[in-house]
Amino acid sequence: MRQTKNVGIFAALLAGLAMMAAAATPAAAYKVFVSNEKENTVSVIDSETLAVVHTIKTGARPRGITLTKDTKWLLVCTSDDNRIEVFDSKTYEHVKNLPSGPDPELFAFHPSGNPLYIANEDDNLVTVVDIHSDKILVEIPVGVEPEGMGMSPDGKVLVNTSETTNMAHFINTETNEIFDNVLVDTRPRVAEFTADGSQVWVSSEIGGTVTVLEAATRKQLAKIKFEIQGITPDAIQPVGVRMTKDGKWAFVALGPSNRVAIVDAKTFEVVKYVLVGQRVWQLALTPDDKLLFTTNGTSNDVTVIDVNRQRAVKSIKVGRYPWGVVAAPF
Amino acid sequence: MSVDSLGTARPSAAPVEATQRLGLGAYIVCFRGIVWREVLRFLHQRERFLSALVRPLVWLFIFAAGFRQVLGISIIPPYESYVLYEVFVTPGLVGMIQLFNAMQSSLSMVYDRETGAMRTLLVSPFPRSYLLISKLVGGVAVSLLQVYVFLGIAYFWEIEPPLIGYVTVLPALILAGLMLGSLALFMSSVIRQLENFAGVMNFVIFPMFFASSALYPLWRVKESSPLLYEICRINPFTHAVELIRFALYGQIDWSSLAVVVGCTIVFLGAAIFAYNPSKGLIARRGGPGG
Repeated sequence: MRQTKNVGIFAALLAGLAMMAAAATPAAAYKVFVSNEKENTVSVIDSETLAVVHTIKTGARPRGITLTKDTKWLLVCTSDDNRIEVFDSKTYEHVKNLPSGPDPELFAFHPSGNPLYIANEDDNLVTVVDIHSDKILVEIPVGVEPEGMGMSPDGKVLVNTSETTNMAHFINTETNEIFDNVLVDTRPRVAEFTADGSQVWVSSEIGGTVTVLEAATRKQLAKIKFEIQGITPDAIQPVGVRMTKDGKWAFVALGPSNRVAIVDAKTFEVVKYVLVGQRVWQLALTPDDKLLFTTNGTSNDVTVIDVNRQRAVKSIKVGRYPWGVVAAPF
Repeated sequence: MSVDSLGTARPSAAPVEATQRLGLGAYIVCFRGIVWREVLRFLHQRERFLSALVRPLVWLFIFAAGFRQVLGISIIPPYESYVLYEVFVTPGLVGMIQLFNAMQSSLSMVYDRETGAMRTLLVSPFPRSYLLISKLVGGVAVSLLQVYVFLGIAYFWEIEPPLIGYVTVLPALILAGLMLGSLALFMSSVIRQLENFAGVMNFVIFPMFFASSALYPLWRVKESSPLLYEICRINPFTHAVELIRFALYGQIDWSSLAVVVGCTIVFLGAAIFAYNPSKGLIARRGGPGG
């Protein structure tokens, strides 16, 4: 009865195949806002249908994008118009403009919801703005070409990275003064605190690394290097960094290598590289940490990654040169 | 299993009279006999099973690894995001499995004819077209086994179409298998000797496989050679691969479906004509078995 046995094996194989369910994670519907650098627009994506539902016109060269703590306002750095534009996050209407100092690129809110800390790329400053009185409170001189802005969860420390000085500047938000500088690899782009505030992750675009610093001591805990089979090392340019709230996973956008690295945030080991669009730049997680949105600058789209499955789900066409991205909790 | 004897059930009866007396049940028995013989033959030839699996896997693990960076710069339907080359090439390799299997099954026809085994089949009282179609379905059944085992292994290589895709791909596989099988069947009627078959492999399998969308997307081909692009577009194998590719992701490529169905009808008609003892090519050469 050899044949019956063989048939049995095949039946088992087919049954096995049938059971390999790629369980889709049902995600709640959120609005995801993407700034399109060369089109002067913001695309609004519905995270359930994964389609662009609206496009907001903005000033020149929109880059950094965020929401106020009460999520009523959407703030966009319009770099070439040297201001922050404020939109109603539900009606998409323009509310007002905030002063920002020249060439605002990225910004971070104090956890209390005000003030706003803005990196002025051309002016070597971090500008602190009160979003209700529309006034500049103070300007903090930092290194050359400031960019990344990471706020500690308790609001006491702001970390700013300067692209040319290759430093992470630790700023005391009470005194608005730098109290420590840490040298990192070339062209630091983004600084991101872990949810518990114990670590700061700094990505270095040209250095091709992510440096993990202990927030309290500013000592280096780890340096994460990336290696992708078949990709030249100079194409691996880490920029956007995001971490899940449970502290398990970190995501690093690797620029022209068209990959997002998924890093085990406990061991600092890269577990996977996910193929996305071209020149992946900034990242945003939905509030439930189930989906990750990546802005792919040169392919003009946004790739959606299923966090649990660690797979790209879909790429959505947006405007030209998508740059920044933020997900709203509604 | 006395499968081989099924086809020779009534050697003494005149074919025409016998056909009139044969009921539906007899047809089913004959059909089951031929299909089951094909499947058993395949399952018992472990080397063949292994080689049928190793061929696409070598392509997947080695060839595709080298070409990993070829894609990822454009999203082509039915894919919803950027895909690695392995993912793209999988439907092409499924097509390759079916193509090789079809050729191998028609090779067995030539072999049967040379050794005289075909004679026992052809003296059966059933219409010859029915025997041919049964033989064809047997070949398709074997290719389905190969394809699903291949897809099962590929799943662990992160080629993960949606689960429903494994179901929706089945009709596409059957259609593509029928098309390639009937083409091979037709070819087997033209080939007199086993030795000639190697030439046909070179002249049919390789051009069909390489000048198609199995290994590279057609827009890529268009970039380098518009002529080659047109050749690929009229290649029925391209449409078989595209039909499988879309079906694997739960979608239907209507134009490919039309081409595959059309080609199946034409090839099968040609094969039945060629094997017709009174009119076909076999008759002209003086009958099977030489």
